[in-house]
Amino acid sequence: MGGILVYALHDDEGNFNRNSLGAISEAADLAGDLGSEAAAVVVGEVADDACAGLGAYGAGKVYRARSAPEGLAQPIVDVMAKVTQEEGFSYALFGGGLLGFEIGAGLTARLSAGVTMEVTDVRVQDGKLVAVRPVLQDSAVVDVGYVGEPGVIIGRLNAFDAVERDGGSAEVVDIEIELSEWSTKARMVKRGEQRGDEVNIEDADILVGGGRGLGEAENFKLAEELAEALGGAVAATRAVVDAGWYPYSAQIGQTGKTVAPKLYLAAGVSGAIQHKVGMQSSENILAINKDPNAPIFEFCDLGIVGDLHKILPKLTEAVRAKKGG
Amino acid sequence: MKICCLVKEVPDAAVQKRIDPETKRLDRSGEKNLNPFDTHALEAAMQIREGGKADVDEIVAVTMGPESAVRALHKAVALGADRSLHLTDPTLEDSDVCATGYALSKTLEKEAPDLVLLGQQSDDGECYTIGAVVADHLKMPSLTQVIKIDVADGTLTCERQAEYGYDTVEVELPAVISVGDAINEPRYPSLKAIMGAKKKPLETHSIADVGIEAERVGTHGKRTEVLAINPPPEKEPGEIIEDENTNETVEKVVAWLDGRKLL
Repeated sequence: MGGILVYALHDDEGNFNRNSLGAISEAADLAGDLGSEAAAVVVGEVADDACAGLGAYGAGKVYRARSAPEGLAQPIVDVMAKVTQEEGFSYALFGGGLLGFEIGAGLTARLSAGVTMEVTDVRVQDGKLVAVRPVLQDSAVVDVGYVGEPGVIIGRLNAFDAVERDGGSAEVVDIEIELSEWSTKARMVKRGEQRGDEVNIEDADILVGGGRGLGEAENFKLAEELAEALGGAVAATRAVVDAGWYPYSAQIGQTGKTVAPKLYLAAGVSGAIQHKVGMQSSENILAINKDPNAPIFEFCDLGIVGDLHKILPKLTEAVRAKKGG
Repeated sequence: MKICCLVKEVPDAAVQKRIDPETKRLDRSGEKNLNPFDTHALEAAMQIREGGKADVDEIVAVTMGPESAVRALHKAVALGADRSLHLTDPTLEDSDVCATGYALSKTLEKEAPDLVLLGQQSDDGECYTIGAVVADHLKMPSLTQVIKIDVADGTLTCERQAEYGYDTVEVELPAVISVGDAINEPRYPSLKAIMGAKKKPLETHSIADVGIEAERVGTHGKRTEVLAINPPPEKEPGEIIEDENTNETVEKVVAWLDGRKLL
């Protein structure tokens, strides 16, 4: 049985992504059960000690490809395919995130590998890995096994917890890589641009999340007034951030922030999986949406089917009155 | 420039979807529709054509699926595609992501497109990955979840949101781009376009027509296997209130918040 290879994503300062660290921890646990090893792939100029530090999360070895750029999938597919084949890894594991989906998909094609995405749990069964994946808007959960090797497992955001252990340092192995021709045909012009004001939503006990159901950018003031009355802050879905209605720093979900406030009040938020993964640990979820079929009604604690333009102003007023009185 | 749009027929949003416990596959009976995410890809193709920055000779809708999938192609043509291609073969049934990506890439190879566009996900499979699988088989650069495309001199300048904010990426053509739903507001097809859709050329291909190796697709080609289907973890269902009288609704909400010490 070969080991489990994890891609460790990092930002431009060389800080590793929390979800990647979680994937390393998960891989280390699984490799322990399989009697094999977990290793990580890092691309770009990341310092020796930073790479070796991945040992604290359970990576035995770190394969570093200095000449491959970070941030675009295909050069990393080249690196991971090479390491997987030359070192005989049985599985590739990715923490939740956009790039992991792209790299995992590329590896699937390159290595004719089975792939499972949105995985929330992985376990060992008969000496092989089985990926657990919710499907159909989380209305069912399937166990997926792999036919042959390697198998590609792409985690859902926050599926795997990053756990430090007494692993010591990982051995850092530099690898030379010749990129595929098509991997050089995409070029990062600007990475990680922040759009809109810097707002802090992670420290708020109460969040009012605004989605496309608000109708237009101006209506965010309804959410802001309610948040103010409740003593909280305003968060947003990807859809409204992409539309330019609200700052990126307020965005929750797959490519945004993960929050777990005491109250998450979803206003006009449909509750797509990409949003859900960033807020489902909230203690109380209250949803207001005019669409009775919105997925958010499947996982909220209290759901109001109605017109938020009518409800929000009155709710703000009532909260103010209650708190004032 | 030739643009191919990958489209898919999916169960209509209003249909309660389920997995058939016998076959362990999605029950695809009931009303079907063009995957709503794919309409954004078709609209993006139309906007490139109408934008005047690139000469678009042809927009071709491509799908893989059973006979009924023709309806998704008709809808794609009504939305602007000039013609369509239907890969259909009993051998393809039960293909997984790996096999589907391979089969679609073989179909596209024959067309030699300059640009392949698709939606960021299918409404039923929620896999988000087909574009990147297809791209690697075609040896083309690719990017997913793109929300802005500018075309100039054989290069696309794309924007998308990734882990650390917005990325701007230049991609040389030919390329495979999956678009996010924020990229545009798809137009409604005109009545004339709907009526005329069935008259536009539609080619049907078997796997042999496009050189697909039978053992790499369908049940035999599967690299993953569904071992079990389980219900989701038990969760107390939340209380749902229909807002009929807003004053009463608000009263109930305030009482609920107060009961949980959130005020």
